[in-house]
Amino acid sequence: MLLISCPHCGPRAEIEFAYGHEAHIARPTDQEKLTDAEWADYLFMRKNPKGVHYERWVHARGCRRWFNVARHTVTHEILAVYRMGDPPPALDR
Amino acid sequence: MTRRNLRLADRGRLDRSQPIRFIFNGRTYYGYKGDTLASALIANGVALVGRSFKYHRPRGIMTAGSEEPNGLVQLGQGARTEPNIRATQIELYDGLVAASQNCWPSVGFDLGATNNLLSRFFPAGFYYKTFMWPASFWMKYEYFIRRAAGLGKAPGEPDPDRYDKTYAHCDVLVAGGGPAGIAAALAAARAGARVVLADEQAEFGGQLLHSRSEEIAGRPAVDWVAAAVAELSTMPEVTLLRRTTAFAYQDHNFVELVERVTDHLGPGADGPRQRYWRLRARQVVLAAGAIERPLVFADNDRPGIMLASAGRAYANRYGVAVGDKVLVFTGNDSAYRAALDLAEAGTAIAAIVDLRPDAGGPLVAEARGKGIEVLAAHAVTATRGSARLEGVTVMPLNAAGDGVTGGGRQIACDALLMSGGWNPAIHLFSHNRGKLRFDERVQSFVPGEPVRGCHTAGAMNGAFETADCLAQGFAAGRKAASEAGASGEAGSVPTVTRAEPAESPDRVLWIVPSDKPLGEGGKHFVDHQNDVTAADVALAHREGYRSVEHLKRYTTMGMGTDQGKTSNVNALAIMAALRDRQIPEVGHTTFRPPFAPVTIGAFSGHDKGDLFDPIRKTPMHGWHEKTGAPFEDVGQWKRAWYYPKPGEDMHAAVAREVKAVRAGVGIVDASTLGKIDIKGSDAARLLNMVYTNAWSKLEIGRCRYGLMCGEDGMVFDDGVTTRLGEQHFLMSTTTGNAARVLGWLEEWLQCEWPDWQVHCTSVTEQFATVGLNGPMARKLLAELTDDIPLDDAAFPFMSIREGHVAGIAARVMRISFTGELTFEINVAASYGLALWEALMAAGEKYGITPYGTEAMHVLRAEKGFIIVGQETDGTQTPQDLDMAWIVSKQKPDHLGKRSFLRTDTARPDRKHLVGLLTENPSEVIPEGGQVVAELKNQPPMTMLGHVTSSYYSPNVGRSIAMAVVKNGRNRMGDTVYVPLVDRVIRAKVTEPRFFDLEGARLNG
Amino acid sequence: MAISSRYSIISLARNALNYHRDWQVAWRSPEPKPDYDVIIVGGGGHGLATAYYLAKEHGITNVAVIEKGWLGGGNTGRNTTVVRSNYLWDESAHLYEHSLKLWEGLSQDLNFNTMFSQRGLMSLAHNTHELREINRRVNANRLNGIDSEVLTVEQVKAYCPILNCDPKSRYPVMGASLQRRGGIARHDAVAWGYARAADARGIDIIQNCEVTGFRIENGRVRGVETTRGFIGAKKVGCVVAGHASVVAGMAGFRLPIESHPLQALVSEPIKPVLHTVVMSSAVHVYLSQSDKGEIVMGAGIDAFNSYAQRGSPFVVEHLLNALLELFPTFSRLKLMREWGGIVDTCPDASPIIGRTPVEGIYFNCGWGTGGFKATPGSGWVMAYTIANDRPHRLNEPFALDRFVNGYLIDEHGAAGVAH
Repeated sequence: MLLISCPHCGPRAEIEFAYGHEAHIARPTDQEKLTDAEWADYLFMRKNPKGVHYERWVHARGCRRWFNVARHTVTHEILAVYRMGDPPPALDR
Repeated sequence: MTRRNLRLADRGRLDRSQPIRFIFNGRTYYGYKGDTLASALIANGVALVGRSFKYHRPRGIMTAGSEEPNGLVQLGQGARTEPNIRATQIELYDGLVAASQNCWPSVGFDLGATNNLLSRFFPAGFYYKTFMWPASFWMKYEYFIRRAAGLGKAPGEPDPDRYDKTYAHCDVLVAGGGPAGIAAALAAARAGARVVLADEQAEFGGQLLHSRSEEIAGRPAVDWVAAAVAELSTMPEVTLLRRTTAFAYQDHNFVELVERVTDHLGPGADGPRQRYWRLRARQVVLAAGAIERPLVFADNDRPGIMLASAGRAYANRYGVAVGDKVLVFTGNDSAYRAALDLAEAGTAIAAIVDLRPDAGGPLVAEARGKGIEVLAAHAVTATRGSARLEGVTVMPLNAAGDGVTGGGRQIACDALLMSGGWNPAIHLFSHNRGKLRFDERVQSFVPGEPVRGCHTAGAMNGAFETADCLAQGFAAGRKAASEAGASGEAGSVPTVTRAEPAESPDRVLWIVPSDKPLGEGGKHFVDHQNDVTAADVALAHREGYRSVEHLKRYTTMGMGTDQGKTSNVNALAIMAALRDRQIPEVGHTTFRPPFAPVTIGAFSGHDKGDLFDPIRKTPMHGWHEKTGAPFEDVGQWKRAWYYPKPGEDMHAAVAREVKAVRAGVGIVDASTLGKIDIKGSDAARLLNMVYTNAWSKLEIGRCRYGLMCGEDGMVFDDGVTTRLGEQHFLMSTTTGNAARVLGWLEEWLQCEWPDWQVHCTSVTEQFATVGLNGPMARKLLAELTDDIPLDDAAFPFMSIREGHVAGIAARVMRISFTGELTFEINVAASYGLALWEALMAAGEKYGITPYGTEAMHVLRAEKGFIIVGQETDGTQTPQDLDMAWIVSKQKPDHLGKRSFLRTDTARPDRKHLVGLLTENPSEVIPEGGQVVAELKNQPPMTMLGHVTSSYYSPNVGRSIAMAVVKNGRNRMGDTVYVPLVDRVIRAKVTEPRFFDLEGARLNG
Repeated sequence: MAISSRYSIISLARNALNYHRDWQVAWRSPEPKPDYDVIIVGGGGHGLATAYYLAKEHGITNVAVIEKGWLGGGNTGRNTTVVRSNYLWDESAHLYEHSLKLWEGLSQDLNFNTMFSQRGLMSLAHNTHELREINRRVNANRLNGIDSEVLTVEQVKAYCPILNCDPKSRYPVMGASLQRRGGIARHDAVAWGYARAADARGIDIIQNCEVTGFRIENGRVRGVETTRGFIGAKKVGCVVAGHASVVAGMAGFRLPIESHPLQALVSEPIKPVLHTVVMSSAVHVYLSQSDKGEIVMGAGIDAFNSYAQRGSPFVVEHLLNALLELFPTFSRLKLMREWGGIVDTCPDASPIIGRTPVEGIYFNCGWGTGGFKATPGSGWVMAYTIANDRPHRLNEPFALDRFVNGYLIDEHGAAGVAH
């Protein structure tokens, strides 16, 4: 059970949160100009790294705010929590 | 069997004032408070406790703790019976009933024991090599294999006991209440940390509880334990958990524990039986101790053969001698302590057989000094006895320790205490991904690299001397407290003021040789519970199952209820030797939670029955219930399904309800629909993005139907949204999707469009919603409102008015899911029942008819309205649903828009929503029927799609159905078939609308 | 394989008389050759099956299976061993049914008892919606020639008497679908059986050898870099459940895959009480009783991406709550062991089997929680695809390009749980 520090409420148990998958996938503009393959890239293709994963969570059973988390997918260690809209921190791992 | 009494006169931590009666295998015995079932059985001379898993060999108690592989019993009776309980952990209570398991007809005479005679044919993995012919016979073979396997029996009735569970937080959790754990708890608590100290036993103290001569801080060790526990119990921020096993160490210092709250009091005691603790600790100190290693010698499994430490615990703590004449077999000094304590209590020691050629040191000298025969460089090579050990053969070892020299000597004994060394209990450390290191001195694995937030201390680090345990524990407790932010004065380390004699070095022989080749004489058991022998390990090696994981899985070594606590290290050391590798190169298997098995009921706690999942009820629920309506589960909601009158079945009730709606007026409880209040200057912009149609121009006071698609273009929700103000909308969603839709809106708003000014608030439970449907709806409503004009001009279809209904402030919408003139009345939830009752009373003269979800489904199907989740399954676009009209061509963007252009999604011959009319109008196609164009005599047949909704419609006067059919829009008028198990239904493809096609009824 | 090393009751008896001293290794441990016609990356059930069928069906034996750890150490050895073919969509049903037919003769084919136990598999319906979907699926199965039937509550109760069918339950049982040919198998034995049979046909099985990269020239694969050096290959099949994205990354492309923990657990062994497989999607549990007597249970996946083979305890807690709703008599049994695997999930809960953007590299991945049952069929179509450089008609719909054109095979919506 992860311990996640909501930037608005503080550390809480994972059961209070819902997972939002990979972060920083911007929704394309000018979609008509995209090929089907480029659209599929946005829709379905994911980094899914073995290592640091930049991902979104929402404090669903709390403040209901979304935020970003950098978490290691092997150790589950949470390396950074940062607000929606902030750039991903550079992490040397 | 003659009754024996092995109780020692003045030993043990027992309350001898009251004998406790218990029954084992139908026979009555007595023990004392403080006994375990194991100690009481030993005291009564009962050595044979159970039968082994595979060979059904007679087995007795081998240990005194949770590592017990053999002494598993069926505890209790009836609904409270429980399989596979370790006798070593059952605290004796009056009236306890237990029995041996895995034997028939009795533990003394077990027919399954023929397996032992035939054991040569059942080596490890034999079943992979046979039972394959004829192929069809496996199910028959399996029947017998299954019956032979298993251990105890599951109860046949639900559990009458109750369980509790709780969350907890602390600064420092100390797992293990031996000397290291107590010292850690003292240091941390004195420093000001919030501490939880947990130990699986009934008393704190660990090994100190059976220490005899040691003194700590100037008093006997057990007195020091009592004083320390007394000090801890006065500290308000310390929680002492006895009988509590920390069984899993999870991510981010989350530790699961189970407390056996009343098990020791027997059935029916007050309070929960067990409690499941979900504990988050800032810091964890593991002080889990060590588990003694058995010696792997020929026939090392007979009842009466035990770990040396167990023999000592039984003598000193439980006041029981493990036999009348005890032989000790060891490669180290620690077993001498058991021999000396037993000798002091008056028990005869047959001999001490020591693997070491140079057995020396103070303990050995003391034993010799007491006249005990010490046979250095000797080994036990055979054992005798069936229900109980009767004697052993001892032979001198060769120098290398891989063979014996010279003739055997027979020594009579009725118990054997063995010690092959100690394995640190690194299980919890390993759960938390802690890396292990092989320690040459203790010849076992110990914690390697430290893990953040986790400290280890004492015997689990390989520190077996009490002074080291105290020092390590105290340091770990102080460090943990400080890292948790508590830095008060911890005082000084408790010192050992009188130590036990120091130990001299061990000799480790992973396999004790006998005069016969391995596997050809007696059985060298490695895993006692799963009957895995050293010869099985050798066979696994021979056949290539050499990785420790293959070894484990091929032989089942370590896969029993004890999870190999006594066997793992021996097995992998034997494999390492066979592979000619060092033990650390061979590695170890993964230690998996739980440390010891945990009652499943404890996890469930009170989350059962109605509390398994929340039940959501509408404000009118009680009325529906009183009226006798059965309920349908929709998500967590209970919705009235239909309202049967006396004598009516569902079919009759629904037929009456749907007719009544179209003939007069029907009333439906629609409170479960999701309602989301949307406010802000960008509210319309949001709707434009999440719905496929356009929203900017919707006038205030008007309603509009919308479809929501995912980015993949597939429909996932629908509903009517109303504009309450320039920047204010009220969205409705399907019942099951309300939370998902709110989450969807919030995610897009916060993550993709954070600068948009929109707030979304769930108001589902703030409103009760009542639908009045039917030609009489207006007339009825007019009687109850004087501030809402109801005529078409003043209150047109798809609009909202605010006013009062039956004196209750209400928002009334003219929207329709039945195609009838409909007023949907929303009032504050607390007025829902009052509104409902007022409408029922006023509607009586119009024959007002309450209708449930089933009638609602029929009514909407007559009109061809879809239900998301019934007509759709996540693979339909709006176009597939014949709803291209709702996809705006003008809007530059909405969620899912781009996906409509993908080659497959844009195909004109996808599955389309159509109607089906059966050839026989009274025949109703079962929902879920598959549609084919060409009928064949037998499968396979090419399927075009399936029937999504199908009912008998009294209003249409025939059956109606909706279906999604490949290229359906181009099959209008075609005949298709729905092949069922017992018949085939013919039907014609039609438009998916069946009633009031021109929509005339909407205005009453 | 040589007749002397065939397994049979006779060979067992003969060896017993000799204290089992003469058994041969089940597979060799050869040094890798400099190059192979085909390298299979991943020594799990699917990879070993691919190698076996390459040899058996296509005569391609210059093949190596490269495994970074020990054979069957991934999801093959961690799953709950459910086998069934009652999938909703035609594409899935055909693939899994082909697999099930192979299961039915597998022990004899491999000369290794995989203990495939066709004890039946029941999927429960707890509400009218699920009942409708069960009817839909059963009808579809039957028209695809797959055995499948709908059970009423009374029939459910008769088929599995210890199941709680009380209509007052929080989620009452309203009916079920039953596939009598479904069941369970001994998972490790599947890996070992394929390994032994592939080895007997000359295939090299190389354990403790990790692939660290691909050598790709002009868009065509030349071989793999490994911890034991470069190994050349004309074709490389990647069958690395739990690491598909990582290995695809080495080859330079992305997959529509996310990896999640999936947890499973067993109770202590008890005498037989549960004689079928029971699944319930509404309460999220599936279970069976192993031949050893343990109740084997599986949970839903953990939500987050992970390569850790461990999930969160509340998932297990919920599973056990659900278990007791269905089987209240299991309350006093004990949880004995829990573990996790890594499942690679696709957006449509269907696998990817076929060619990739790199010539000569083939991927077989994305089975999510349902891969074990597909082992024989998956290996069979993968072998065909590699041998012919084009998919078999059974796996043609499962190509990677479906995510581009939108031809998804969405087993989420209607098939209930995907296990």
